[in-house]
Amino acid sequence: MAVARYIKDEKDQILDVIYESGIHVKPLYSPKDLEEIGFNYEMDLADPGQYPFTRGIHPLGYRSRAWTTRQYTGFGTPEETNERFKLMISHGQTGLNVAFDLPTQMGYDSDDEMAEGEVGRVGMAVDTLRDFEIAFKDIRLDKIGTGLTINAVASVMLAMYQAVAEKYGYDPKMISATPQNDILKEMIGRGAWIFPVEPAVKLIGDTIEYSMKVMPRTNPVSVCGYHIRESGATPAQEIAYAILIANAYIDNVLARGYDIDDFVGRFSFNLNVFGNMWEQIAKFRAARKIWARNLKERYGVKKPQNMFLRGLFGGGGYGLTKAQPENNIMRGAYYALVAALAGAQTTALCSYDEAYTIPTPRSALISLRTLQLLMDEVGLRDTVDPLAGSYFMETLTKQMEEKIEEEMFKIENYGGIIKAVSDGYIQRMVARQAYEIEKGIESGELLKVGVNIYKEGESMEVELHEYNYESAKKQIESLKQVKRERSERDVKRTLKELESATRAGKNVMPYLVDCCKVYATLGEMTNVFRQIFGEFKEPSLF
Amino acid sequence: MPHNKNKIKILIAKPGLDGHDRGAKVVAQALKDAGMEVIYSGLHKTIDQIINIAIQEDVDFIGLSIMTGAHIPITEKLMKKLKEKGIEDKKVFVGGVIPSKDIPKLKELGVEGVFPGGTPLQETIEFIKNKTKTP
Repeated sequence: MAVARYIKDEKDQILDVIYESGIHVKPLYSPKDLEEIGFNYEMDLADPGQYPFTRGIHPLGYRSRAWTTRQYTGFGTPEETNERFKLMISHGQTGLNVAFDLPTQMGYDSDDEMAEGEVGRVGMAVDTLRDFEIAFKDIRLDKIGTGLTINAVASVMLAMYQAVAEKYGYDPKMISATPQNDILKEMIGRGAWIFPVEPAVKLIGDTIEYSMKVMPRTNPVSVCGYHIRESGATPAQEIAYAILIANAYIDNVLARGYDIDDFVGRFSFNLNVFGNMWEQIAKFRAARKIWARNLKERYGVKKPQNMFLRGLFGGGGYGLTKAQPENNIMRGAYYALVAALAGAQTTALCSYDEAYTIPTPRSALISLRTLQLLMDEVGLRDTVDPLAGSYFMETLTKQMEEKIEEEMFKIENYGGIIKAVSDGYIQRMVARQAYEIEKGIESGELLKVGVNIYKEGESMEVELHEYNYESAKKQIESLKQVKRERSERDVKRTLKELESATRAGKNVMPYLVDCCKVYATLGEMTNVFRQIFGEFKEPSLF
Repeated sequence: MPHNKNKIKILIAKPGLDGHDRGAKVVAQALKDAGMEVIYSGLHKTIDQIINIAIQEDVDFIGLSIMTGAHIPITEKLMKKLKEKGIEDKKVFVGGVIPSKDIPKLKELGVEGVFPGGTPLQETIEFIKNKTKTP
C-alpha cells in the first residue's frame, strides 16, 4: 500500500523522498543529471522497437495497436463463466483471463473432500474437458487469446485448452493461450503450489517444449513479479526475482538441447503497478532493458523480437483499500495511467470492491471502462513513450536499473533463485518487509488516503457477489454425469500411460492431452503427479 | 507440550486451499513483536491439522486467516471440532476478507474477535491482551 517515505519539516515542506527501492528523489533534475549518469541515447534508450527496448518493444507503441484489456473473470459453473466472458467481449474486452476456483488451482475435483465449500467460489470450477466445452462455447479461440490463471496444474489446463480447441475444430497452431504457469512465484507469494520445486519446474519446461512444437502461438509462461510484489517485495525486487525465475525456466529447456531463440520469444511477464507512479514507470522501462540484455548477453539470443519483455502490467490489489472503497476507482485509473505511460501490452485492473468480494459485473465493467477511456478518450495512444528524455525519468530509470541488478546479484550470491525459494530466504524477507510497511502505515509515516489521512465521511455500500451453493451442487452433479458417460477403460489406459511417461521423465504434455480427450478428471491427472512427485515443503516463517 | 504460561501462545492458521498469506504473516510477526509466542501453521491446512497443532502446542488462541469468502463454513467446522475434542476453551479470532454483515454470524458461532483486512495491528494485539486478562 505504501508508496514512498516523505521526510518533511514542520511547515509540511518536503526535505527528502525515498522510494521503496531505496532511491532518493531530488527536488529538481536538469541536463546535469543526465551528464552525471553518463546518459547515452543509443545505449540507454534507443528508439522504440530497438534494442535495448527501454522505450518499448514496438516502433509505434499504441499508435499501431492499443493494449489488450484482460479483466480476470470467472466464477461458479462453466455456464456462468461463459456468460460473463460473452458480456465482457460484448463490451469490447479483447482478451480473456480465466479465474479458476481454488480446488481447480490445487488439482482437486469438485467432489473431493478438500474442495468442500470452495467449488466455484473464487473462479470457475473445472473437472473435465466437458467444463471447458461449456466455458468456451461460441468463443472464437482462433481470434481471442486466453489467459489461464493456473500454475501448479498449468500443464493439465493447457492440455485441456488444446483438447477443447480441437473439439471445436480449431488447429492448435492457431490458438493462443497464456497460462500463468509460474510456480516459483507461487512459492514466494499466492501459495497455490502442490509439487516440490524440481518436478514443478520440470513440468513448466514440458509445457514450453511442447508449445514450441504444437501450439506455437501460445505463451507457455507468464512470469509473475506481480504476486511477489503483492507479498511485500520492493519494485526492484519484483523485477529482479521475475527475471531470475524466468532464467530458471529457460535453463530447464536449454538443458533439453534446444536453441534459446526457438522458445524464449513466447515468454511474457505479469507485473504490478501499485506504488509511487514514477518509480513504477521507471521500473518497467528498466525491466525491458535488463530482460533484453540478460537474453542477449547471458544467453546469446539473436533475434531482437525474442528479447521483448511483453507484459501485462496490472493494477495491484494491494494498493486498494477496504476503507472508502469508492476511492479505489480513482486509484485504478491512476494505475492504468502508469501502465499506459510505461507501454504495457496487456492490462487489467483489480476492481474497487475486491477487498470485499468477487467483483460484480458492474465493478468489473467500471475497470474495463477505465482502461478503455485512457486509450480512446484522454490521449494515451498519441505518441510512444511520452516521458522519454525527461531529466528525472531517465535518471530514475538508470537508478532503477542499478537497484534491480543489485537485487539480482544478492540472490545469485545467496546461491540462486531455486535455493532462495526452497529455503524460504525470499519468503521471509518479503514477509518482513510487508510487516514493516504495515507498521509504517499505522505510524502514519506512509500516507494512505482514507486509512490514515482524510478518514472522514461515510464509506459507500458495496454490493456483494453472493456465493451460490446451488452452482457447487450442480458442478458435482455434472461431474458425476461425465463419469457415468465416459469410457472407464480409456480413462484407465490414458492415466496409466501418463504415469509411465511421468516416471520415465518424458514430456507429459501429449499424455495429458490424451487423458483430457477421454474426460479423465483434473484430480485423476494431478494424483498421478502427486504420487510420483510428492508435495512441496513450505519453509518456516520464523 | 508444556510452555511458559506467562507468555500468551497463539496459532495463526491458514485453513483450506487459499494461499494468500501476506496478512497472516504480518499479524504473526506483529503478535510475536508484542511478546507473544506465535506458531504459524503454513498453507493449505485442514481443520483437523489445525486442531492437532493447537493441541500439541497447547495454544491459548487460534487465529484463522481466510480470504476466499468461505469464512462461515470453515469457522463453523472448526468450532464444532473444538467442542468434539473438548478444547473449546481455546479462543478463536478470524481475519481476512470478511464483509461486515458476516461479523455477527461469526460471533454467534463463538468467535471472540473478527479483524477484517485493514484493521490496525494494535487492535488485534489489544484484543488478545484483554481476552487473556479476563478469565
